[in-house]
Amino acid sequence: MGDLRLYILQRVTAAAMVPFILAHLFVIFYATSHGLSAAAILSRTQGSIGWGLFYGLFVLLAAVHGAIGVRSVLREWTPLGAKASDVVAAGFLLLLLLLGARAVFAVVMA
Amino acid sequence: MSTMAKAVTEHISVRIWRGGEDGQYQTFSVPLRENQTVLDIVTWIQRYAEPTVAYRFSCRVGMCGSCGMTVNGQPRWTCRTHISKVIEDGKVEIGPLANLPVIKDLAVDMTPFFKKWQKAQGTFSGSIFPGSTTRHEDMPRIAPRSAGRVATDAAIECINCGVCFAACDTVRWNSDYLGPAALNRAWTLANDERDGAHRNRLRAVAKDGGCHACHSHQSCEQLCPKGLNPTTSIAGLKRLTMKAYIRGEL
Repeated sequence: MGDLRLYILQRVTAAAMVPFILAHLFVIFYATSHGLSAAAILSRTQGSIGWGLFYGLFVLLAAVHGAIGVRSVLREWTPLGAKASDVVAAGFLLLLLLLGARAVFAVVMA
Repeated sequence: MSTMAKAVTEHISVRIWRGGEDGQYQTFSVPLRENQTVLDIVTWIQRYAEPTVAYRFSCRVGMCGSCGMTVNGQPRWTCRTHISKVIEDGKVEIGPLANLPVIKDLAVDMTPFFKKWQKAQGTFSGSIFPGSTTRHEDMPRIAPRSAGRVATDAAIECINCGVCFAACDTVRWNSDYLGPAALNRAWTLANDERDGAHRNRLRAVAKDGGCHACHSHQSCEQLCPKGLNPTTSIAGLKRLTMKAYIRGEL
């Protein structure tokens, strides 16, 4: 995928993440200001299709957005060539997706 | 004592780059005069101290864009830079422009700069391209206040001195990046109704190393001696290429 498509994808994911970030911050403030325990939070999220979709999509957007940025950093700031940077960034994307999916699974399904 | 003799009683310490990429600085003591430019300093050294110093200049009035050098760490047009503006503790350091191969001393090889200018399709494309006018049609009438003309006016005064190219972090990090001057030129043509190669040019600047590689650090804007803002031009190209991509034209 060339610079133009990745540029657009990074901007689109950034814009799409705005409501997710605001909702995520609101949830953090809500949970801390109401003194919710981990068990109280999990009782709300477990089995919830809504929270599963929300954080599942959030993880996908963040992973794609972040990996594109890391690709640029690798290309410009490290001795890695263009292809090696692409491979490492793709690996980083998979890692973020894996870790994110694991976290979402733990909060919603486990 | 004449005013001339009085004016040269003060001297400044000038460090000049000597040799190629692996050269070193050589220090000279140069008489300080009123209204002296950095180019005057280099010329004095070549004429009176070290005739083998290589440097490049032509017009001496800020039109030709050939006297770009690094002065105390920043790229500048030396013919219009007064020494009083850049001198630090009675010293000044003058080197070749960064991001370009050094030929000798203060002269750099501008080939990569102009190659990228061509790669960005910086030349006006007339009637040989489909979609542009021929001799049988009227010239397009471009109103001075039309959006395209205003956008072009803001970017057209580039003299290709290479200062922005030397100032750009992205040029330093990414050898494929076309650079601020080439993309700024492409932007002026992208706004020119008479030009017949708009789509080809957008394709050229949307490739890897094109306008999307710019991080908007704005060093080009800060150091452009003509007061242009290539970052704005590049942002314009990003918008145009994105719209063209969405319409399926790229």
